Amino acid sequence: MEIDSGNTAWVLASAALVLFMTPGLAFFYGGMVRSKNVLGMLMQNFFAMGLVSVLWALCAFSLAFGDGGKFIGNFDFVGLADLGKAGTEIPGLALSIPPLAFCAFQLMFAIITPALFTGATADRLKFGAYVVFLGLWSVLVYAPVAHWVFSPTGWLFDLGALDFAGGTVVHVNAGIAALALVLVLGRRRGWPTEAMPPHSLPWTLIGSGILWFGWFGFNAGSALAADGIAAQAFMNTHMAAAAAMIGWLVVEKAKGGHATTLGAASGLVAGLVAITPCAGFVGGIAPLIIGFLAGAICFLAIQLKFRFKFDDSLDVIAVHLVGGLLGSLLLGLFADSSVNSAAADGLFFGGGAELLGKQFVAVGATIVYSFVLSFAMAKILDATMGLRVTPEDEAVGLDLTQHAEAAYSSGELGSMERVSA
Amino acid sequence: MKLVVAIIKPFKLDDVKEALRGVGIQGMTVSEVRGFGRQRGHTEVYRGAEYTVDFVPKVRVEIVTDDGDAGRVVDTIVTAARTDKIGDGKVWVMPIEDLIRIRTGERGHDAL
Repeated sequence: MEIDSGNTAWVLASAALVLFMTPGLAFFYGGMVRSKNVLGMLMQNFFAMGLVSVLWALCAFSLAFGDGGKFIGNFDFVGLADLGKAGTEIPGLALSIPPLAFCAFQLMFAIITPALFTGATADRLKFGAYVVFLGLWSVLVYAPVAHWVFSPTGWLFDLGALDFAGGTVVHVNAGIAALALVLVLGRRRGWPTEAMPPHSLPWTLIGSGILWFGWFGFNAGSALAADGIAAQAFMNTHMAAAAAMIGWLVVEKAKGGHATTLGAASGLVAGLVAITPCAGFVGGIAPLIIGFLAGAICFLAIQLKFRFKFDDSLDVIAVHLVGGLLGSLLLGLFADSSVNSAAADGLFFGGGAELLGKQFVAVGATIVYSFVLSFAMAKILDATMGLRVTPEDEAVGLDLTQHAEAAYSSGELGSMERVSA
Repeated sequence: MKLVVAIIKPFKLDDVKEALRGVGIQGMTVSEVRGFGRQRGHTEVYRGAEYTVDFVPKVRVEIVTDDGDAGRVVDTIVTAARTDKIGDGKVWVMPIEDLIRIRTGERGHDAL
């Protein structure tokens, strides 16, 4: 297919937008932790931009998009070989953009996906163990699942399950990995009786704003073209975030008496998560319904961690797993082939329950695969290098113990002396 | 009347507060402070340059109490704040010359 300059420009710009979501996520989470752990949180997110990028070039892109069969790619693109050469094609994809633009765009998804679960493991995950887990997970979990769903040679793509921008690959995948990690890691000392309040809600709101902004690249960029489907995905993304913020706040106000800023930030993110699989496949007021439901249901899902006593510190499971499941399954109802001819019709658009059934298969397979591998890797790392910081380090905080830095200067009282070399 | 002052590890504050409530203590004042005793400070590193920070964050707890209760308050704090590691802090007791409740002007024991 001929390279289209408009499509290429949009996808390259979208790749940059999606990269920017990871620093946004870092501040979204960073504001929610206590001030002794904020650098630890920022570092886990920023470090993903380093390690995942290197692994992507070395092998992960090839394992995700190489022509290796239904379950995993191959080594054809190791070292990004041939991707810059004219005539190179990504198996199964008729792209009107350069393969390298596609590779760069997909890389940004691979970065933010494992960064998502750092919110669940906040305040207690050892940095070294995180680094190893991040690398293993990117290659052994993210790359195969991306292959199943995003590569036309993958089995879920072939089955006809739909995922426009990563409801299963990104959100369900990261959300269930978060659950596996917190089950192995255990609860923070003092949770749930001791208060662990956010140290800077302004950071969290800035982060959520960056996420909303970047998500236009995530979803509208996933059209891989600057066309009507991109415009539909753009508008759906925005409307879902807007409705979800309202949905979250309505339920929060009804149950707790106040509409909070943390609720507004969390609600809009829940809407962005839920619309992700649907973005280019639904139209009309569907994004408003999907968004509103996501806001309301994700808020209620936060109670799960208190009921079942797992310390999902910043509610990655309630927002990303539940939101991703909700969006992926609602797509089975709201998909509309008049919006996008690549979509099957959902239950509400005359397509019967067939698509819904395929969506169940896709989320089910992702949940089982990602949970089993994540749990096994976490157990092995815990037994070998230890996943968790010592109780003393947990009390002092990750910033000083893992990184030897303080986020906020303690002023005159924190007088320092240079240690002579 | 006595003033009991305790310097404790910040993460022990909740334990100390709950233990004191358990023995019927009605109120206390806390402040975030920094200091050092036998516990060494920590090291921070910025672009390869290493710095020592001597002053460690602590919490100062102050409780005004009857003479007869002071011993119990001290024992409660010591038990609740102890981790058996260096840097657990100190508790001391001082006499109070007079005490006034601002709202009513009550003095001495009536103001407790």
